[in-house]
Amino acid sequence: MAGRLSWSAISVARRSFGLQLRGSQAQLINSRTLSSALGEEQPNFPGSRSKWTEKLEFVQPDLYDGIPVYRVMNRKGEVIDPAYDPKLEKDTLVKMYKRMTMLNTMDRIMYESQRQGRISFYMTNYGEEGTHIGSAAALDDNDLVYGQYREAGVLMWRGFPLDRFMNQCYGNEGDMGKGRQMPVHYGSTEHKFVTISSPLATQMPQAVGTAYAFKRAQNGLCVICYFGEGTSSEGDAHAAFNFSATLDCPIIFFCRNNGYAISTPTSEQYRGDGVAARGPAYGMATIRVDGNDVFAVYNATKAARHLAVTENRPVLIEAMTYRPTLPSHPTPPHTPGEDRALHPL
Amino acid sequence: MKSLLKLHSLKSFLRPSLPSAIAHGLPGRQSSHFTYVPDTVAEAEGETVRQNLFQSINSALDFALATDDSAVIFGEDVGFGGVFRCTVGLQDKYGKDRVFNTPLCEQGIAGFAIGVAVGGATSIAEMQFADYIFPAFDQIVNEAAKYRYRSGNLFDCGKLTIRAPCGAVGHGALYHSQSPEAYFAHTPGLKIVVPRGPIKAKGLLLSCIRDDNPCIFLEPKVLYRSAVEMVPTKEYTLPLSSADIVDEGDDITLLGWGTQVHVLREVAQIARQQLNVSCEVIDLVTILPWDRQTVFNSVKKTGRLIIAHEAPITNGFGAEIAAAVQNECFLHLEAPIERVCGFDTPFPHVFEPFYLPDKWRCFSAIKKLLNY
Repeated sequence: MAGRLSWSAISVARRSFGLQLRGSQAQLINSRTLSSALGEEQPNFPGSRSKWTEKLEFVQPDLYDGIPVYRVMNRKGEVIDPAYDPKLEKDTLVKMYKRMTMLNTMDRIMYESQRQGRISFYMTNYGEEGTHIGSAAALDDNDLVYGQYREAGVLMWRGFPLDRFMNQCYGNEGDMGKGRQMPVHYGSTEHKFVTISSPLATQMPQAVGTAYAFKRAQNGLCVICYFGEGTSSEGDAHAAFNFSATLDCPIIFFCRNNGYAISTPTSEQYRGDGVAARGPAYGMATIRVDGNDVFAVYNATKAARHLAVTENRPVLIEAMTYRPTLPSHPTPPHTPGEDRALHPL
Repeated sequence: MKSLLKLHSLKSFLRPSLPSAIAHGLPGRQSSHFTYVPDTVAEAEGETVRQNLFQSINSALDFALATDDSAVIFGEDVGFGGVFRCTVGLQDKYGKDRVFNTPLCEQGIAGFAIGVAVGGATSIAEMQFADYIFPAFDQIVNEAAKYRYRSGNLFDCGKLTIRAPCGAVGHGALYHSQSPEAYFAHTPGLKIVVPRGPIKAKGLLLSCIRDDNPCIFLEPKVLYRSAVEMVPTKEYTLPLSSADIVDEGDDITLLGWGTQVHVLREVAQIARQQLNVSCEVIDLVTILPWDRQTVFNSVKKTGRLIIAHEAPITNGFGAEIAAAVQNECFLHLEAPIERVCGFDTPFPHVFEPFYLPDKWRCFSAIKKLLNY
């Protein structure tokens, strides 16, 4: 590629190109009335804003550098630009750190429990602790959470006690879900966390509907909807993005892009610039963050929440993470198939 | 999922002279396969107004919005009144935030509708045609129906109602004629209701909207304009899961729902005139959970049962009823239970009259059962 264009330049290029063929069709019709209605200077088709062009040029998906990854800290954990240090209280920082390590510890115990046959199924959160805690800490605790299944840290941040995690995974008499679902399908009205459902992406348009109800109720809350990059391939993801934008819903779509959907790498999941690149196409404010940088996730979620609640707009956050395989696990590194491997079926 | 035909139906509304109008029951080659028998109400029900089906549905929706500030109505082209006019005038009256268009995406409409209900609001969604409800199948079957169960009653979407026009219309062909009730009847957690006319529709729709479970309300689209009754102007509800004995009789039970009830009422009349046979006609009204006792009592009395529905015979809801009735009424049966249904083919276009369980096929079944 000879010269790479900036993101904004390409969006202009795309807009202007899209109507070129339609423009020539319009000229073929060559009706003076039509031409005047469409505008000689600038096309005014109802479905798009753009300029005329006489260049036959396709917009190529690799013309631009991609959406940047927002970070606060470098790889050594040092804040790069002090202006973006969220300057959290020490107590908050300690709480964040403790919840991340507690999540990690719980995962280890539950993972072993599954391997020992004590519970039927489990999903670890390894490598995504920063996305859970960073985002949860930036929300109002009354914002409703629609999770996918790998958001135990969000519940933990809100104070869902360890024994309730255990009750659900073991399906015992203390399980609020009455032992009806497989492990990790947590839910809590107290912690504003909608019960997990196994089908992927179904939570996404639902989250939009709830955000719409919240907007009408003027309760000052938003909805956050977590999902993985694999889930973004489902039709419900498209529906959710499109509905949220057209119906002006206060919702944060939080994509956890950990590179794999069970075993399928992103290269076999999509061809564009990740999930974030779809945001502008749907008319959503969008940011990509380093999901391993808890401050970056915190800042992005806090700003997203502000946008959502004050302007009734959907916001898309794509958090780039990595889901490491357990050292003891038989599957080879970089193909984290642990989810399915933990499944007894 | 929107098709050209859907567009035609819209155009036909805007220009009713178009012969291809799906939204109109126009006379001629596309005349109805049934004679509509209007319901009536007692004078004690108060003031009535002459309304067709879409107008009585509109009235129910009007009450739903007027009495519940959280209620919202949405779907494709709902804002301007819907292609069948069921929501006409409501956006002007209640505002764009309560009556609004959605993008053209049935799975999105269903998912959004569930979320609205989970968020504590009353959620009334319209599918433009029942034929296009299938992209929403996952949301309805895996999500709406199981919401309360899977959360141990922590969360539910009981405030959800999905409306959809269904059934034969004379010229709708395979994608504007289907009756998908049996697909959903296989799903515990849903309620499925099919009204036979304007009076029933108004009360049943308000009941569905206020019921604490997700409901699917299937509206026989051929009745939107052709079914006219004197409908009470007041706000009222009618019980769900309660079948109606619309004509009492002793010799044979004829069971149907929606448009088919009117076919069966005419068949009962023919049987009385030509065979001196007394038919009991039952409108099942609610497909799920269905009123087993009313059906069992009738079959125990008559000893014969014909179930008729437009949907294909194989795995149609008639199959479930037949299985339940033989189990419950076996020693009362004078003849095998007969099903008169659509054939196991896609719904035909020009051959629709041969596909439908019309009065002659039903009448033939009566003779067969009497001579068994």
